[in-house]
Amino acid sequence: MDWQALWLSVKLSSITVLVLVPLSILAGRALAYRQFIGKSWVEALIMVPLVLPPTVIGYYLLVGLGSQSWLGQWLERLTGQQLVFHFSGLVLASVLVNIPFALQPIQRAFEAVPHDVRDAAACCGMSKLKILLKIELPMVWPGVLTAIVLCFSHVLGEFGVVLMMGGNIAGETKTISISIYDSVQAFDFGAAGTMSLVLLLFAITALALTTSLSRRLGGQRGANHR
Amino acid sequence: MSSLSRLGKVFGLVLSFSMVLMPFISRAETVPAIAAAANIKFALDDIVKNFSAETGLKVRVSYGSSGNFVAQIQHGAPFEMLLSADERYIHELQKAGFARDEGVQYAVGRLALVAPNKSPLTLDTELNGVKVLLAAGKLERFAIANPEHAPYGERARELLQKLGLWDGLQTKLILGENASQAAQFAVSGSTQGGIIPLSIALAPQFKALGQSIALPAELHGPLYQRMVLTPKAGATAERFYLYLQSDAAKSVFVQYGFGLPAQ
Repeated sequence: MDWQALWLSVKLSSITVLVLVPLSILAGRALAYRQFIGKSWVEALIMVPLVLPPTVIGYYLLVGLGSQSWLGQWLERLTGQQLVFHFSGLVLASVLVNIPFALQPIQRAFEAVPHDVRDAAACCGMSKLKILLKIELPMVWPGVLTAIVLCFSHVLGEFGVVLMMGGNIAGETKTISISIYDSVQAFDFGAAGTMSLVLLLFAITALALTTSLSRRLGGQRGANHR
Repeated sequence: MSSLSRLGKVFGLVLSFSMVLMPFISRAETVPAIAAAANIKFALDDIVKNFSAETGLKVRVSYGSSGNFVAQIQHGAPFEMLLSADERYIHELQKAGFARDEGVQYAVGRLALVAPNKSPLTLDTELNGVKVLLAAGKLERFAIANPEHAPYGERARELLQKLGLWDGLQTKLILGENASQAAQFAVSGSTQGGIIPLSIALAPQFKALGQSIALPAELHGPLYQRMVLTPKAGATAERFYLYLQSDAAKSVFVQYGFGLPAQ
């Protein structure tokens, strides 16, 4: 069992969730309540990571953020360090890849908040921020939690992106899924089996949790829930 | 809803806990990252152990396919050294300006014919067993590394062409992404055998799963394995580079079925 790799994956998952979920709450709310030109294009763009192979995303990040690209060089000057083959690069990649996993459930939850509730709150003279904190967030909370669980477990199992732009460096970019791959390559089936089992149990638990959450969400306001 | 928010609180606690712990995680900054071809894993693991015991210094080795590492180093990967399965990659790296010099040969690779336990394939150096099985229509699957980008796959293809087996095996071939994956496939039980690096076939982890026989080096082009320091190399990497050329390291390579370069 490669504890260092497991810890690195948990760290990556946690940071991705912390970065992505607050952003998704803002973006999800905007997408749910606002109509603007090109909205369907924006929504389509958000879904792209779902249909693109992770290796393709990894390849674009490797070439686009590498030390040979102007963007990579500019970012290196800005932050004083390289993004690819570094933990921070994995965070950026995980955030990009997981946008649909975070945004979808949150946007759906906001869409399910009844109009009249928000109108009533506005009539009572509540500010926009207060409505968000006191009315909307408690109502969309199951959606947010679904996003957290989905994101966390999805990052935990990320392989293609990390393989392409991580470089498999222990303690820096060698995540649990890469470690499993390495163990199999080294004929260490015991370690590979143990680590795979940990991920499998985690995935089943996460999915069971998500299913029961979305059922609650659906049950509470089934009429509006798409 | 109460159980939900409790769950949320627990999750939040776990998150904040891991954030608090983060600064305390030891960062292995001073330990150089080294990239190495998958086929030398078993030998190099031993050599790294001996090196650390002798000097007290540590190195982090990442194993993978040589071609991949060359691409990654060109895009700025922090590797201080590359141990390639083939000379060509080192020359490529040097041409692109990512190597200190032309590097040195550290080992000469050999191929092995392998079969999983319980396979109908009989092993011999002329691959007559493969011919017999192929003629009898009993050879379903045969594993080699991908000849397009894996040096050991390329040499396996040369050997099979020389023995006149290449065309007949075309539809039976299973390609591993690198030499190590080819070895996985060869003893998975889903193939009748394969051609893989002798260095993997001689590893104890492999011996439990299958039989092997070393193949004559005259049947294919040489597998000169070369290593080089990158411009990022520090003192520890330099020292390890020298250690790899010592007699102590060479004897480990020999033990794992490598030939030694003529110096």
